[in-house]
Amino acid sequence: MSRPSTRHSATLIAGCVTAGLIALLALVSLLWVPYAPDDTSGGRLAGPGGGHLLGTDKLGRDLFTQLMTGSRIAFEAGLGSVLIAAAIGITLGVLAAFTRGWLDDTLAALLDILIAFPTLLLAMLVVAARSATLASAVLAIGLAQSAVVGRLVRILVKRVLAQDYITAARTSGTSWPRIVAGHVLPNIWPTLVVNLALQFGLAILAEAGLSYLGLGAPPPNASWGRMLQEAQATFTTAPAGALAPGILLVMLVIGVNLIADGLRDTLDPAARGRR
Amino acid sequence: MNILDVRGLTIQGTDRRVLVDDISLTIAPGERLGLIGESGSGKSLTALALLGLLPEGMAAAGSVELAGTQVVGASDRQLTGVRGRDAAIVFQEPLTALDPLMRVGRQVAEPLGTRRRLRGSALKRAVVAALEQVRLPEPERIARSFPHEISGGQRQRVALAMALACDPKLLIADEPTTALDVSVQAEMLDLIDTLVRERDMAVLFISHDLAVVAKVTDRALVMKDGRAVEEGDIREIVRAPRAPYTKALVDSARTLESALDLRSPR
Repeated sequence: MSRPSTRHSATLIAGCVTAGLIALLALVSLLWVPYAPDDTSGGRLAGPGGGHLLGTDKLGRDLFTQLMTGSRIAFEAGLGSVLIAAAIGITLGVLAAFTRGWLDDTLAALLDILIAFPTLLLAMLVVAARSATLASAVLAIGLAQSAVVGRLVRILVKRVLAQDYITAARTSGTSWPRIVAGHVLPNIWPTLVVNLALQFGLAILAEAGLSYLGLGAPPPNASWGRMLQEAQATFTTAPAGALAPGILLVMLVIGVNLIADGLRDTLDPAARGRR
Repeated sequence: MNILDVRGLTIQGTDRRVLVDDISLTIAPGERLGLIGESGSGKSLTALALLGLLPEGMAAAGSVELAGTQVVGASDRQLTGVRGRDAAIVFQEPLTALDPLMRVGRQVAEPLGTRRRLRGSALKRAVVAALEQVRLPEPERIARSFPHEISGGQRQRVALAMALACDPKLLIADEPTTALDVSVQAEMLDLIDTLVRERDMAVLFISHDLAVVAKVTDRALVMKDGRAVEEGDIREIVRAPRAPYTKALVDSARTLESALDLRSPR
């Protein structure tokens, strides 16, 4: 079985390299950016080169600087949303799997309703209740995704709980918290971590969508979504402003999805036995 | 006093269908009772009900007294003390009986840690001893392995070691040899037989295989469609079955045996 496993790791490596490049941009932006985000000294819509690697936008701000801050914001949005989704989703999912009767039905219905609720609508609600900041966007995306994670966790936990080794653990007097920590979570982890990686990519897309609509991080924090929106009007004359964030967005989401695929193949307990 | 006293046990499924109907049985300390029946006759459900481990949505009625504790209607908390200490269970499928992601040693350590409060090197020694007692070769290596790295027969021995870890008064064996090769099956039966004799442990042995039950038990209860159709000394049942279903079971076992006789050179 050596061939499939090398292919699996190739997927994982390709994903890590793609997403890693952008992660590097984001990390560097914490320490250094070529220009201040509100520096408009470059002249409006300057082409690439001449002190500005990718040129400037319609206000004269450096595009590469915005791209770097944008990648940082993309990672913040992805990580933040997934953390919220995981915390709420895993807790609700495990609870729902353990409850029986009407309580289980209620929790399951609640998760289904939350899934049916459009993320954008939820985000507008959160933004209206709070304010248009990155935190609001992340909170909204995280809440919406927690329903997806919660439903998945509930099904996964229920499947594990039906296994004989859980009955064996109960027979040997192991307490429920220890069964959850020792047997249930490790066994749902491979499937869960792949799903969380996919949610990470979706969260970045959602944040870009929200920023495009003006519901994300306010200026001068450049987000890829807002860059796309701002460059829309001048796309024919200065395409770099829209192409650059677009390409990075696609690269990051594909990279994260490749990581998810690679993880699925390496973490799958059924495949482990064969290797 | 009997270690197990079941009176009128009835189990209803989620759709209110009666799956086990009015089963009564008793097991005295050190006694070995066989529960025979085809798939779907309710014998495994009966076994789970004895420890209050019925799947979600199923309800048991009647009375199950396990070492003086009423199991039917008892809470999970009350039963935690009974399970493992008074009765332990070995399942049919050795692959699902062990957690695929946990090393064998840690799984065997679980009941030893919770029940006997063993820690550190004492726990490690107890794990190796538990694996040794089920005649596993190289117990240290097996303790470090994951379930998929050892054979089906070895997995079943590990499951047996876990069940015996806390010296229960009653061992419930739910088709423990059905998923194994015939040659491994015989070894496993011998092992269970020896171990429970050494400990003077009571056994409830569940199987669809009359010959297997006849080998390890003294008495048997035959189940069909959730009801008890016949009960008695296992030799009596084999020699002179009364119920039509038991007759059919004995006849088919004899047919197989005579096929062997015909084939074997004299």
